[in-house]
Amino acid sequence: MKLLVAVKRVIDYNVKPRVRMDGSGVDLANVKMSMNPFDEIAVEEAIRLKEKGVATEIVTVSIGPAKAQETLRTALAMGADRAILVQTDEEVEPLAVAKILARIAEEEQPQLVILGKQAIDDDNNATGQMLAALLGWPQGTFASKVEVSDSATVTREVDGGLETVKLQLPAVVTTDLRLNEPRYASLPNIMKAKSKPLATKSPGDYGVDVARRLETLKVVEPAKRQAGIKIGTVDELVGRLKALGVAK
Amino acid sequence: MSVLVLIEHDGKNVKDASLATVTAAAQLGEVHALVAGENVDAVAQAVAKIAGVATVHTATSPALEHQLAEAVAPIAARLMESHDAFVAPATTTGKNIAPRVAALLDVMQISDILSVEGADTFTRPIYAGNAIATVKSKDAKKVVTVRTTAFEKAAREGGSASVEQVDAGSDPGMSSFVSLEASESERPELTSAKVIVSGGRAFGSSEQFHGLLDPLADKLGAAVGASRAAVDAGYAPNDYQVGQTGKIVAPEVYVAIGISGAIQHLAGMKDSKVIVAINKDEEAPIFQVADIGLVGDLFKIVPELTAKL
Repeated sequence: MKLLVAVKRVIDYNVKPRVRMDGSGVDLANVKMSMNPFDEIAVEEAIRLKEKGVATEIVTVSIGPAKAQETLRTALAMGADRAILVQTDEEVEPLAVAKILARIAEEEQPQLVILGKQAIDDDNNATGQMLAALLGWPQGTFASKVEVSDSATVTREVDGGLETVKLQLPAVVTTDLRLNEPRYASLPNIMKAKSKPLATKSPGDYGVDVARRLETLKVVEPAKRQAGIKIGTVDELVGRLKALGVAK
Repeated sequence: MSVLVLIEHDGKNVKDASLATVTAAAQLGEVHALVAGENVDAVAQAVAKIAGVATVHTATSPALEHQLAEAVAPIAARLMESHDAFVAPATTTGKNIAPRVAALLDVMQISDILSVEGADTFTRPIYAGNAIATVKSKDAKKVVTVRTTAFEKAAREGGSASVEQVDAGSDPGMSSFVSLEASESERPELTSAKVIVSGGRAFGSSEQFHGLLDPLADKLGAAVGASRAAVDAGYAPNDYQVGQTGKIVAPEVYVAIGISGAIQHLAGMKDSKVIVAINKDEEAPIFQVADIGLVGDLFKIVPELTAKL
């Protein structure tokens, strides 16, 4: 069984984003970039399925600038087998990403596509669901457990608890935080990843128009909250809570 | 503009998230509700009474009982032939279904809106709420999910919408519901609670987390939340998680205990009306957003507070 895993190069999750003064966006110059954390979980899950003998090959894809190669090399060092970079300097929206991934899925014929539930830059939480719709496949979103045999049984993190669904294959799975803890690539594996195959394509190769449907008019910092007062005792806190009407 | 609103329900009751979604949708145009499920008569009647709802479309079939995206999305997409916008709550249900509808319509979704600035212009948080983008959609039809804490809830009474049955289509059959392990709690739901007490990694263990927070929550009639660090450490289940990667909440009072205030946690609770922070580190970032701060050892403060309430 072949698996397809999509990864995105985003600002490192430990870096606090700085909004540009002119309102044009977030300043990414000289900022540390990493693999989207949810996508790391997707890569890890694919590797575990391969280690269990369920999967035989893991193909990883990224859509982004030339430097997204580094993100793909990270996925290869973790244990993916080969990579496809769909290179573009445009900011590609989830709908266009889903269209490109759908074309790649048609070519590669994976039984499962695994993606992070959302990227931590644009926070859309849409690509996996859109890909499933375009392919006419079922979807297991926000997965905290994935079991694959001749179907996929996916446990989902939902607002009221955990929902389990059974999906026909092929299917799309998007990962939530508790699915697994991604491994670090070892130095020998990082060296080995350098010689794993990485194909470079363009959105045009897949006949996908990546023109944006959403125009960003401006980006601003959120309104800041003012720090309030410090109090010294629990009695004062009880008084405050009573004044707020939340304590009897 | 004619707006189709996805109503989130559990087969018996309309979720509060749906009410805020109706408010957001009403800012775009006339609200037509979609209630998909198996036995939804009671829910449809309740939705018909919501102020501002013009029509309720009900789609009923056994395949819709659990509102799986594979079954609901084609119905919504078909109804969108006669609507201009599809609006869903940015809950796990809405986030599962709406992008699937958007792709079927060849529309780029606008996720998690904070405000409606015009017929095609919205604000939404990006970078875990560290930036707010104003975006304008060029698509002819709009697909939008709504951050429900950013909008007032529509009144549950006052409307008198007509209820119309629509074609529920056939079961796509590609997915099926297996089980729901509902988090058992007699406390209010996090996303609709007036008061939340939330704990961080400082609690040190699951026993201490629940042993100290549960009695306090009972005294305050509060929901219990947790930081991602507390969830990662296994002190609380993931559906307790408040933050960009968990739930977004905006209660009247949010009591953060032993939570340092990481960016991603603040993104989930900084719209609370009053924030109370209890932390032993007086330099903790949580104090920069707290209205009321108390520096000290939570293992002493929490039992004392619970006893004195």
